[in-house]
Amino acid sequence: MKTKWPIQLLVYAIIALGALSFLFPFVYMILTSFIKGAYSLPRPKEVFSVVPDLYNYKLVWSKNNFARYFLNSSVVTLVAMTGSLFLGCLTAYGFARFTFPGKEFLFRTFLLTMMIPGVINIIPQFLIVKSLGLVDTYGGLWLIYIGGGVVGSAFFLRGFFQSIPKEYEESVLIDGGGNWRIFWNIYLPQSMPAIATLAIFSFQGTWEEYFTALVIIKDEAMRTLPIALLMFNDKYATNYSWIFAASIIALLPTVLLYILFQKRFVQSGFNEGGVKG
Amino acid sequence: MSIPMTGQPVPGRDPRAGSKLKKGLKQWMAVLPFIFLGVAGTAVFVIYPMIRNIVISFQDYSIMPGANNPFVGFDNYVSAFTDPNNKVLMAIRNTFLNVAVTVPVNWLLAIVFAVLINLHFVKHKIVFRTVYYLPIITSWIVVAFLFRFLFAGGEYGLINYILYKQLGLFSEPINFLSNYWSAMVVIWLFHIWKTVGWGVVIYLAALQGISKEYYEAAAIDGANGTKQFWSITVPMLGPVTAFVLINLVNGAFNFFPQVYFITRGGPMDQTQTLPSLMYLQAFKNFNFGYASAVAVMMGIAVFALTYTQMKKFGNQRFL
Repeated sequence: MKTKWPIQLLVYAIIALGALSFLFPFVYMILTSFIKGAYSLPRPKEVFSVVPDLYNYKLVWSKNNFARYFLNSSVVTLVAMTGSLFLGCLTAYGFARFTFPGKEFLFRTFLLTMMIPGVINIIPQFLIVKSLGLVDTYGGLWLIYIGGGVVGSAFFLRGFFQSIPKEYEESVLIDGGGNWRIFWNIYLPQSMPAIATLAIFSFQGTWEEYFTALVIIKDEAMRTLPIALLMFNDKYATNYSWIFAASIIALLPTVLLYILFQKRFVQSGFNEGGVKG
Repeated sequence: MSIPMTGQPVPGRDPRAGSKLKKGLKQWMAVLPFIFLGVAGTAVFVIYPMIRNIVISFQDYSIMPGANNPFVGFDNYVSAFTDPNNKVLMAIRNTFLNVAVTVPVNWLLAIVFAVLINLHFVKHKIVFRTVYYLPIITSWIVVAFLFRFLFAGGEYGLINYILYKQLGLFSEPINFLSNYWSAMVVIWLFHIWKTVGWGVVIYLAALQGISKEYYEAAAIDGANGTKQFWSITVPMLGPVTAFVLINLVNGAFNFFPQVYFITRGGPMDQTQTLPSLMYLQAFKNFNFGYASAVAVMMGIAVFALTYTQMKKFGNQRFL
């Protein structure tokens, strides 16, 4: 089937226009981050004629403890992500593979909580963390991130766990292994693409999280990157080249992760042909 | 809690009821190591907060240690609706506007882009998909900086530069964020630009999931491209469209970073939505009771909105 060239041209024009409108603001942001000493709003002409230079990047990295905040965010994110994944996998496995009285009720309750936006829980969550004496600690933050996120990740993984054929378990059972062995040796390796996808979501969600972190962390030295970015923005309100240089550094980890894992992202039909003959 | 692994059911009771209980306990002991932490975490950090929210919404709550937090009945709810600045009513109005404006635009753009990218002659589909998805992987804060920059007041904000300086559409540069309607437009554009890629990716996956055989069969029957689109593609996309629309409505219903990072509710709290109003009232003005009342009303509204649809789609998996 051949499509006439004017139609092809029109289609390409529309999707290229779409792509351009998504790309152009990024390009404009990157170009702005190269401008030296922009203390007022840079003129569009200046932006388009700028010479690429990493000067601002070096500057913001050593300014206002930026490197410190980057490290803080890395610690917060890595622990929260690992904890969320581990707890999500365990819970999903429990719901996918076991039958027990009250399971349906428990699962429905879980589902109901998913329909209510998490943001409204932020006040009581803060009060709980406060009564535990964990305000201003990463422990308080991790409890909220991990405890508050387990329903979502368990729900996401449960579907994948359920589609793993029971036949796989027989080999473990024959060897005399139990539920834990089945979990480690069958369910986790079989669901790697799903777990990797969830890991990226979890990474991005925690890395960017602003509202809870702002409420729980008061100590300046312990701030995470999003808070630091916003404070940086309030302090140097018009210096967009610094703000964007800092922003781009903050974006890099997420973007790199997406690029690295792009091919392994979960698509439909991920488990086709697992059991042979 | 100990379970007798062997032994007779207690005499005098229905033996079958006893063994059923024993079986249930045994099942629980098997699953408990796996779900205990998850259930406990959810109970403490999700379910209990919801209950606590309702309690606080009836209190004159103070964050100070040792405060006695008296119960004040519906005072917080009453003051939410009798406030002379109408903050809550304004926030509800904005929420409906946000849904009414962004959902149709977002949905239309998503399906049009997805269908066009999926056309058989289009090359480099992955490149297009990646570019459209870029805003999704960028953080809300950074995109907000970017939009505040592009829509900056004065003649050198890029949008003002184009519309006022180059094209001369306005007699003076616009201060986008200090007027209600122009601030709302910026918030809407921000939201749409940031989230359209999600719809495109979901629709692309759905389109690629439609078996080629349907089109081949239709082609043999003499149906042309347009006919095939309306009689195969559109009906096959039905369930995905429902899923996409529910998520778009939910997303538009819960504007929070969109408002907080662009206008922080301003000018004069006019662009607030319920979540942003709640957050600022709680952690800036320390009106915890009032903020909880807003949170409870919001929870009920969103719940009512999603309950029926989520039931239908609860068991489907999507990326």
